[in-house]
Amino acid sequence: MTEALATDDLAAPSHRAVESGRRVGAATQAYLYVSLLIVAAIVIVPLVTTALGGFKTLGDLRSNAFGLPHDWMWSNYWDILTGNRYWRQMGNSLIIALLTVALTIACGAMAAFTFAHVKFFGSRMLLNYFLLGLMFPAATAILPLFIRIRDLGLLDTYWGVVLPQVAFGLGMSILLFRNYFRGMPSELFDAAFVDGCGYLRFFWYVSLPLARPIVATVGILSFVGSWNSYILPLIMLNSESKYPWPLGIMVYKGEFMTDWQLILAFITLTILPTIIVFFLAQRHIIAGLTAGAVKS
Amino acid sequence: MSTVPIASDRVAAPALARRRSSAIGAQGKWPVLILFLPPALLLFTVFVFLPMGEAAWYSLYNWNGYSLPTQWVGLKNFELIFKNAAFRTALVNNGLIIVISICIQVPLAMWLATMVTKPIRGAVAFRLIFFLPYILADVAAGLIWRFVYDGQFGLVGSIWHAFGVDAPFWLADKNTAMAAVLGVIVWKYFGFHMMLFIAGLQAIDREVLEAAEIDGATGWQKFRLVTLPMLGSTVRLSLFFAVVGSLQLFDMIMPLTGAGPLNATQTMVTFLYTFGVMRMQVGFGSAVGVVLFVICVTLAFSYRRIFMRND
Repeated sequence: MTEALATDDLAAPSHRAVESGRRVGAATQAYLYVSLLIVAAIVIVPLVTTALGGFKTLGDLRSNAFGLPHDWMWSNYWDILTGNRYWRQMGNSLIIALLTVALTIACGAMAAFTFAHVKFFGSRMLLNYFLLGLMFPAATAILPLFIRIRDLGLLDTYWGVVLPQVAFGLGMSILLFRNYFRGMPSELFDAAFVDGCGYLRFFWYVSLPLARPIVATVGILSFVGSWNSYILPLIMLNSESKYPWPLGIMVYKGEFMTDWQLILAFITLTILPTIIVFFLAQRHIIAGLTAGAVKS
Repeated sequence: MSTVPIASDRVAAPALARRRSSAIGAQGKWPVLILFLPPALLLFTVFVFLPMGEAAWYSLYNWNGYSLPTQWVGLKNFELIFKNAAFRTALVNNGLIIVISICIQVPLAMWLATMVTKPIRGAVAFRLIFFLPYILADVAAGLIWRFVYDGQFGLVGSIWHAFGVDAPFWLADKNTAMAAVLGVIVWKYFGFHMMLFIAGLQAIDREVLEAAEIDGATGWQKFRLVTLPMLGSTVRLSLFFAVVGSLQLFDMIMPLTGAGPLNATQTMVTFLYTFGVMRMQVGFGSAVGVVLFVICVTLAFSYRRIFMRND
């Protein structure tokens, strides 16, 4: 069933749109715009008021949550941006995410390559073994996972978060890579072998360069998953200096309790990178995220 | 990316070509197996497979996580779970999320998808806006809505104050907290489901719709008799993700309500966290994990059995 879903042009103007070619009448158009604008407002208003709230004083926020600030309190944002905390959390998140992405791509692509091209006894069984990981979330095994990480001495290290994340991302990564590798024309393979190219060189010089789109998909999936993840770092990390931003923001909330203007400024700054990257690379991100979901 | 053959088992290379190539490359087979498989195999076994097995083992003990589990309690932990009122709330809440998804999220997503696939100006911008909440972290979305729902400084407070009345604190009231959480879930995820439906709509052959039009079908008839039946597999896919998502819901609950007040907004995973991880009840927590695992696997298999059969 999944073949039917053309996930790559979701963000593009649809050439094959169901009713394209036909003009939409004025009444229909008014109905469409009113409905769409209402829904868009429900999405946008909380985000915009959050960003604006960061510029307000607490009193201003209380009397005027929706409007523009009376006095623009740039200091709310400025204090966060000049402090250590924000940058440290962003840095931690980035390190964890990049390590996760690199390992997921490397391990996933290599394993998938053997499943796609090398015939060996038990290959089918082994593949199914990996696909088992697609069926349940990391939360189900979180306590044994904690004990394992503790016994390995990885508690409160980046690796304690990265390795489980990679392991749980492998199922999807292998599935996506394998399907892509198998879809490559077999003539490529034959030609390379006739020319005396071994598996390793074929992987490095042919498969991987050709698989760039799927590398991007797997990369986006694992990056977004890691960047936003909360439960694994929550359980594996103890010292605040190693906290990625979702944990840091919760600590911040705990410290400033009802100083909502500061919390709002902090939230805005932490989601800002996500929003900027999303609008810069929206087509790839939407394709990556929906493809990952759909192809499972 | 459009060239990715998704279910490539069916587009496998001709058997002959493959046999030939593997015969040629056979001598190099072992190095690649020895180099390429172990990293993934090791990581997966150590951090996914073994922990799941250990969860099943630990679930039979009463254990605080130190030294070795020795206090065998048999199935006592499972008995305790199902006797626990908070766990029953969690089950009901997970069920509610699925119900809301069927009754509100899927129709909403489908409705929006039909609108943003019409040839109107700004359709692409609307798609992006609707997808935006999905890319935000659950934690951030939870905190943003904690602010929105705040009766003193938040948007709800502001609206109520405008009418000169004291605002309710929905998240602090055990009767309304779950409804408020459900609202945030729909807000966060409808865009993703809309994208699924857009993909489904784009796959429908336009000629079928044109034929219906020539036969004099009205807009609503076209939707109900042509589009809707052809979206069947997308609806099932969308429901599947709603169910899976509901079973994993944790990140958003913690900033919103912390699973309170009085356990009113517990889900399976928050229950595992509050009663297993926080109290370091490894046996009890693992038993919750096992229950969750059984539910997930049953769902995955029955979903294939029941729904994928004719796709």
